[in-house]
Order: sequence, then structure tokens, then C-alpha cells
Amino acid sequence: MNPEAIKSKEIMQGSAAIAETIKAIAPGVIAVYPITPQTHILEHLARLVADGQLKSKYITVESEFSAASVIFGAASAGVRSYTASASQGLLLMTEVIFNMAGTRLPAVITAVNRSLSPPINIQVDHQDTMTLRDSGIIQIYVESIQEAVDTHIQIFKIAEDREVLLPAMVCMDGWILSHAYEPVTLWRDEAVQEFLPPFDPVFQVDPKNPLTYGALTDDDKITEFKYMVHDALIRSKEKIKKVAGEFRDAFGNYYGDVIEKTYTEDAELILIAMGSMAGTIKAALEKLRAQGKRVGLIKIRSFRPFPDQELRTALAGAKAAVVLDRSFSCSSGGILGGEIKACLYGQGGPQVINYALGIGGREIYPETVLEIVNQSERLVESGKIPPETIFYNLNRELL
Amino acid sequence: MKLNLGGVTEAGRSKQNRTGNWRYFLPVVDQKRCNGCGTCELFCPDSAIEINNKLCLINTFYCKGCGICARECPRSAITMQVERGVAV
Amino acid sequence: MQTDLKKNYLAPGHNACPGCGVAIGVRLILRAAGEKVVVVSPTGCLETFTSPYGASAWEVPWVHPLFENAPAVASGIEAALKYKGDYETHVIVIGGDGATFDIGFGALSGMVERGHDILYICYDNEAYMNTGIQRSGATPYGATTNTTPRGKFSRGETRPKKDLLEIMRAHNLRYVASATIAYPQDLARKVKKGLAIDGPAYIHLITPCNLGWGINPEETVELSRLIVKTGLFPLVEYEDGELTSVHKLKNALPVEEYLKKQKRFAHLFEEENAQMIAEIQKMADQNIKKYNLAG
Repeated sequence: MNPEAIKSKEIMQGSAAIAETIKAIAPGVIAVYPITPQTHILEHLARLVADGQLKSKYITVESEFSAASVIFGAASAGVRSYTASASQGLLLMTEVIFNMAGTRLPAVITAVNRSLSPPINIQVDHQDTMTLRDSGIIQIYVESIQEAVDTHIQIFKIAEDREVLLPAMVCMDGWILSHAYEPVTLWRDEAVQEFLPPFDPVFQVDPKNPLTYGALTDDDKITEFKYMVHDALIRSKEKIKKVAGEFRDAFGNYYGDVIEKTYTEDAELILIAMGSMAGTIKAALEKLRAQGKRVGLIKIRSFRPFPDQELRTALAGAKAAVVLDRSFSCSSGGILGGEIKACLYGQGGPQVINYALGIGGREIYPETVLEIVNQSERLVESGKIPPETIFYNLNRELL
Repeated sequence: MKLNLGGVTEAGRSKQNRTGNWRYFLPVVDQKRCNGCGTCELFCPDSAIEINNKLCLINTFYCKGCGICARECPRSAITMQVERGVAV
Repeated sequence: MQTDLKKNYLAPGHNACPGCGVAIGVRLILRAAGEKVVVVSPTGCLETFTSPYGASAWEVPWVHPLFENAPAVASGIEAALKYKGDYETHVIVIGGDGATFDIGFGALSGMVERGHDILYICYDNEAYMNTGIQRSGATPYGATTNTTPRGKFSRGETRPKKDLLEIMRAHNLRYVASATIAYPQDLARKVKKGLAIDGPAYIHLITPCNLGWGINPEETVELSRLIVKTGLFPLVEYEDGELTSVHKLKNALPVEEYLKKQKRFAHLFEEENAQMIAEIQKMADQNIKKYNLAG
């Protein structure tokens, strides 16, 4: 860590740490709407605004749909803008998020991951954000509160880059990261401002230069417009890597770039996961390594852009990849598992075992990981890896 | 021409569109009756009328021939006539 | 010398139908509002006929986001401009009745309740015209649309239109007014007033649709005059909650004068539906009484 950049080191709640970081980033417009487990972020921001510590226009809208719409408007007018949401709120924003990506507006959203209804459930899984995967938004999943803090600072720089100009989302697990208290280093406002250049868009809504936004387009151009979003998202991968390196240089922390590898060099079995689950897996890996098992972990930070080439390279020497999905697509199975199979297909990589687990807050312990590793080893030995997703600990007695 | 980011497009480029070829009826101004009051200009949906020095000028490049100008003219100075080349 | 040439902020060459009431309304609004504006429009006829990529008719900054979020996007733009220290540029939303009465109503209510300095103008052609004439919350009693057709058991729309002016008044706006394209000076004055006040303002503007109402293209303005002259749509103005102006009618015309010109009401003139015309006359009479239009 760079001691000169440090503002404070204290044990604090994840939501408070995010709000304090947003204060340092200083968006011009913040739109808020309450939803559990995101609400503590917006409440903390409200206090910062009420005390005059944060000069943003703080807009208490009437729905998440309007929260996303307000930051769409603010970003179109060339002002850095931010909101946070979770679960149903993110789904309500979906139409606007597609529109932001297509209009190339780099607003930032904190997604506090939570299960979707029904049945209504306020605990963590990744179904909410995974459902937005086709929109063109950048999605980075984080493992710890500190990584969430640091990734927020990075993501504005990535999204607002003129070569990217896409909306972006930091995905942090509800409760486990939003409500937990951990030791957190907060960075000085000046250090953050120095790291983050002012938002300088290519186009902006301005009476001095009257442009038309949201034009109608026919089939002669529409594929190209949509390809431009696809291409910008792919190219943002290099920006994510570059900014992760710049952040390491400026602040000292580093979590990998689009993926983070732990014990992968000699691993026969590589677990692949996103979010706070990665921390649990790391604890389990220590035990497994002590037993002499050659097991490793790839934590996917950037799910969008998808780290396809990076995964192919990192998985090249492994016998099997065990993908742990905290969401699934009905009838198709684990979403991450499916994408990883697609990215490895025909490339001679490892076999893929896909588990769905941790849905709606079902706890994932280090023991869970150990059991999954055991099961996976047996499946590899037997040569009977199922092509479909395995629902871990599915209680068939209830079905 | 390269596409702009996000579909953002320049102002006022509709001016290149000739909407006059939608027209079946052409407004013809009796300049002796017209006093240049500008009522027709106010009501023209297609910004196809100019009042210049009290003279009412129909821009046939854009006029779609809706006939509002003729209907609303307080001095009945505009009549709608069948466009040349249009079979009625 | 071209001193009397007037500036058009809606350029010619747009794709509106001949005689489009919306195009007339928007030209008048933009001319009254001047150059220092940003306009936000939801999806709808206006958006479709003005904004082909590479052929925009807008000469002022214009943003089309989605169907139901123009008021929220305008809120963000207004906040961003003020954040940048720009207190001169006016933000105007111009949206159709489908966007205003129905799908974007929550966003509109939120925008005005929060007090954003935005003028919202609903161009009301009383149905979803862009998708081919389907009923909206603004479709008047008795009107046929493609979702309220005349049938063996149906005589068009069964409900009176939502009273959005009163709903906006209930939001305690500093400025609420009604207008039609037949009274351009009145509309221009109201637009200027709505922009001059600090905070949200709402103008309800009737813009007849030839196709949807079943009238000839040259009749657009006339119909928007008849709807006023029958008392079916009074021109009024509320400032700080007080009724400050009313367009008086010496002798209100019978509603038939307005209805009979429109194909959407043609079935009302069948003998068995005479009662429906009486119902509509009652609505006009109530307006005349409410606003003392005859006095």
C-alpha cells in the first residue's frame, strides 16, 4: 500500500466504505432508490450530502427505473453519475442499461447482488446481475470489501475512457460484502482525484452544439451500431488490465486484472468462481494444498468483458475445470459454466464440471468447497462427468 | 461515412429530404389578396412557408400539400390546386 | 432585408404525415422557447418522424431515451446542467399521451414531485397513434380505436379520459395550463410562462391526428379549435394553484359540431347511440360550468 494515499484504516461496514469511496470519486449526479441490501450505501451518501461533504446532486427518485434514467440523463449531459441497486431493482433498470450501453454513456452502478423473486428472498446470489449480461455493461465481481473499494475507483476510469464509453457495474455480494465489517483502507480524496481524470465525453447534450440523441436506425446500420458496443466491450478488457496496473502503482493494491489466479500453475483441478465465494475457496485451498492436492482457483473479476483468451491460457494445463455458479439459466444450467464450456470448446482444454450453488444465500463454507473438490475428483477418475449442471445439495425430499 | 458513437447524430439534417414529392395538391398564393399576416407560416407543419417582406413563399421542395394554409388563411388567399403530373 | 423571417427549430424534411398536429405544436413550442433549451422526448410519433439517424429534424439538443423514462432522463439532465453551473438552459419534455398518461406516468409524477425545473408538455392526440391507433388513458369516451373498435357489443371507448390537468394540479405545480395548436399566441405565451417559473410546469396540448381521428389533413387546426369552442377542452391556466386565465366562449357550439367531423365518432350518430352524444354534451356542459366559460 502507498502510505501517502491512505486516508484511514478502520473496521467498517462494506456499504459505508463504498459510500465513502463514492464521495472521493465525487460524481456530479447520484440517483438513489432503496432496496435491501443496497440501502446502507444510499443512506450513507445521504449523510455525506447532508453534511456538505459531498457536493453531488442527490436525487431521490420514485423507482430504480428512474434511478437508471436519471444517471442516463446526467451522463448524456457530460457529468459523472452514479447509482446503486440490487435484485429486482437491477431488473427494473434493465431496459435503461441496454439503452445506456447503446448510447455509450459511462454511468456507474454498484450492484449489491441478491436473489430474484419469487419466492422473495433478500439473500445473495448472482442471478440479478447475470441477467444483465447481454446489455453491453461492464461487470466486475469483487471478493472483499477492500477490493470493492478499489474497484470502484478503477471502474470509473475504465468506463469513462474515450475508447470504452460504456456503463459499468461493480458486483458485490449482498450481506457478505455490503453488511459485513472488515478492516478497510480508505484513500484520500486528492489521491483518488489524481488517479481519476475528469469525465470528458466525445459528445454531450449542450445548446451550443445541438445534437440528436436516440435516433431511429434501419437495418442498413443497426448491426454496425450494435457491433460497436460489442467491440468496445471486448476492447475494454485491455483498459481493465491497464487500469489495474495503474492502481497498483498508485495505491499498491492488486487483485489480478480480468482474472485472478491462485495456485493454478501446477493445478490439475481448477475451481472457477466469482465474488466473495473466492475468499472461501482460498481458505479451502490452503487445506487442500496441505494435503498435497494440486487444486487451484481462477477468480473471474471481469465477467463482462468475458476473459475468454485469459481463461484458455490459464486452464491449458489442467485436467478439469470446476465452475461454481451462483446463478443459472432455467433449462440450460449454470451461466458461467455454459460460457466457459463455449469458450473452451474445440480448443483442447480441460473437461468442465459445473455446479450451481449458493442460491438465495445458501451458505458456502470451506467444507462445501472441500466436498465439491472430492466429488469432482471422483467424477474425473470415473470418466463420467455429466454434461449438465449439478445442483449442489439439492434437497430432493422437498421436490 | 463512419457512424457516430452511440447513434448521436447532427442537427437539422432532415433538410436534405425532399418531402415535396409526397404532394398531391399544391398551395397557390394569390399575392394580391395576401397581406403577409403569417397565419399560414405559423400553422405549416412542415416549416415549408416563409413570410419574407410581407410576401408568402411556399417552399415546394418540402410542402406536402396538406392544405392547412389554405384552410386557415384569413383572407382566403391560398387555393389548393392539383399538382402537375398527378392523376386524379 | 429578411427581418420578418422566423427561425424554425424543427427543420423541414421530417417524416410527419401531411397536416400533422404534433409537428405544428412542436414548431410553435420551440419557437417560443428559443435557443437555450434541451428537449427530451419519449418514444412516439414525434420521435419517429423527427429522428432518423443522419436526418434529424431537431435544431436544438434533443434526447430520446425510452418510452417511459423521459421525465427521469430530463431530471438527470437538469441536475447535471445545474451541477455544471448552467442555470440558463431550459429543459423541456415533449411527450405524447401514451407516454404521459400511461407508461411514463410514474416518472412524470416523480419528476414534478421532486421539483425539477422542467417544463413538461404533453402532446395529446388521444391514442397510441405511432403504433397504429390504439386506445390510451387519454382516449375520450365513445372514440373508436383499433383496440376499442365498433362491434356488435362495443361502441368504442367506454371510459372518459383521465383528467391529467387535475392530477398535475394535485401535485401543487406552480404552473399548469391547457392549450391547443389552434391558438398559437396563447400556446407561445404559456410556453414562455412555463419556462419562466422556477420549478416544474405542465402544459397539456391538444394535437389532432388525421389518421387516428379520421379527419382530412387540412382540418387539424380546425378540430383543435372546435374542441375548445364546444367546451370539451377548455383553455385554462393555473398559477400557484390559482385559476388565472380562461378562454371564454360566448356561445359554446354543440358537441356534435366537433364529433361529426371525425370518423372515430361516426357510430355515435347512429340512432341507438344518441345517448352517448348526450353524455359527451354533459361533459362539455360540466366544463362550461366548472370554468364559467360562458360568463
